[in-house]
Amino acid sequence: MGVDHHQGHLKIIRSTLSTVVYPIQYVVNLPVEATEWVSNTLVTHNSLLKENDRLKQERLLLSSKLQRYEVLETENRRLRELLESSFRINDKVLVAELIAVELQTFRRQVVINKGQREGAYDGQPIVDSAGIMGQIVHVGPFSSTVLLITDPNHALPVQVNRNGLRAIAVGTGQNDKLLLEHLPNNADIRVGDLIVSSGLGRRFPSGYPVGQIEKISRDPGEPFAKVMIKPSAHLSQSREVLMVWPYEKINKIKEDLEELAIK
Amino acid sequence: MIGLETRQQGNGIIAMSFIMALMLTALPLPDWAVNWRPAWVAIVLIYWCMAVPDRVGIFIAWFLGLLLDVQQGTVLGQNALGMILLAVLTINSHQRMRAYPLSQQAVLICFYLLFYELIMLMVSGYLGTSTRDWTYWMPAITSMLLWPWLFIILRDVRRKYSIS
Repeated sequence: MGVDHHQGHLKIIRSTLSTVVYPIQYVVNLPVEATEWVSNTLVTHNSLLKENDRLKQERLLLSSKLQRYEVLETENRRLRELLESSFRINDKVLVAELIAVELQTFRRQVVINKGQREGAYDGQPIVDSAGIMGQIVHVGPFSSTVLLITDPNHALPVQVNRNGLRAIAVGTGQNDKLLLEHLPNNADIRVGDLIVSSGLGRRFPSGYPVGQIEKISRDPGEPFAKVMIKPSAHLSQSREVLMVWPYEKINKIKEDLEELAIK
Repeated sequence: MIGLETRQQGNGIIAMSFIMALMLTALPLPDWAVNWRPAWVAIVLIYWCMAVPDRVGIFIAWFLGLLLDVQQGTVLGQNALGMILLAVLTINSHQRMRAYPLSQQAVLICFYLLFYELIMLMVSGYLGTSTRDWTYWMPAITSMLLWPWLFIILRDVRRKYSIS
């Protein structure tokens, strides 16, 4: 146990055993998939039309937003080039699906249906449509275990979007609560501030939303303020999640540059 | 020769019962019921250790524990240690347990499982992932209430396939 906890030499054993366990998890997940299939097949024509309408409107809205975003991105890149600093590069992503199985109670972990074969790796960030969900902690050949950001053992480097104030967001074990640690009582934070990942620690990509500040309690007797965040990712509802390869492209560019230098 | 055949008879059935137990452990439950989930693998293991202690022993307990560790995402060896201790306890007392009435067996198993959970709590406390929620101890109680039914079902299965 000590070896597994501190050194991780047993990864091979764990991933081999997970090939034995995966069929069990797959079978347990089948009824959930079956109900989903049935409810998908039995949708009425009318509700499909409604949904289609709604999606079209949403798409219009999003594409208009995207136009503005593209302008902003090129402007941002130009300004950064003027400042001679590196610009942000888009990350590579892949959609994975949650497998509906229970893990250890009192921890916040989920299983997804992508593993080594798809290129998953230890510590890989997982996001959903609304924000950061967690990171992969064990990789098997066909599935991987994800530690959610709300797990009491998880900490995440973040910054306040409004002013760039850096902090650490720590999980509490409750599904809708994170704590910001070590912020002094006079720090410039307000309820409703958006918290995004800062990218420090080089594990999570920067700029993904983490949550919004829900409550701040400042006790003059305490050195630090108690700051609660509500995570923006749908941690208990999402069924589809995105796996992100944040630095791969940067590495690739580095390799290309090295090749050029050799030539 | 005959002895060898009877020894191998029913290995598949025993394996199936363990697979069923692992599946029941992974089955998603509503939030309020999660902490009340019986320790399926542990009680099935206790049954087989009590009924056929010469076939289901410490090695199988260890392997099951490892599978449970991988399935639940705990540290490798945490459940394995607990399962080994359960198997040792049960095998040491299997003759006494067989003579007890069902209700007394259930109470004894409750104490065994509380011990198992204490070991789990100590390991996760050492790793810094322990909990203070009182519902942590509930699986022992639900397993105790479930024991008589599980015992009868597994006994009938055992007799039907004459596993001994």
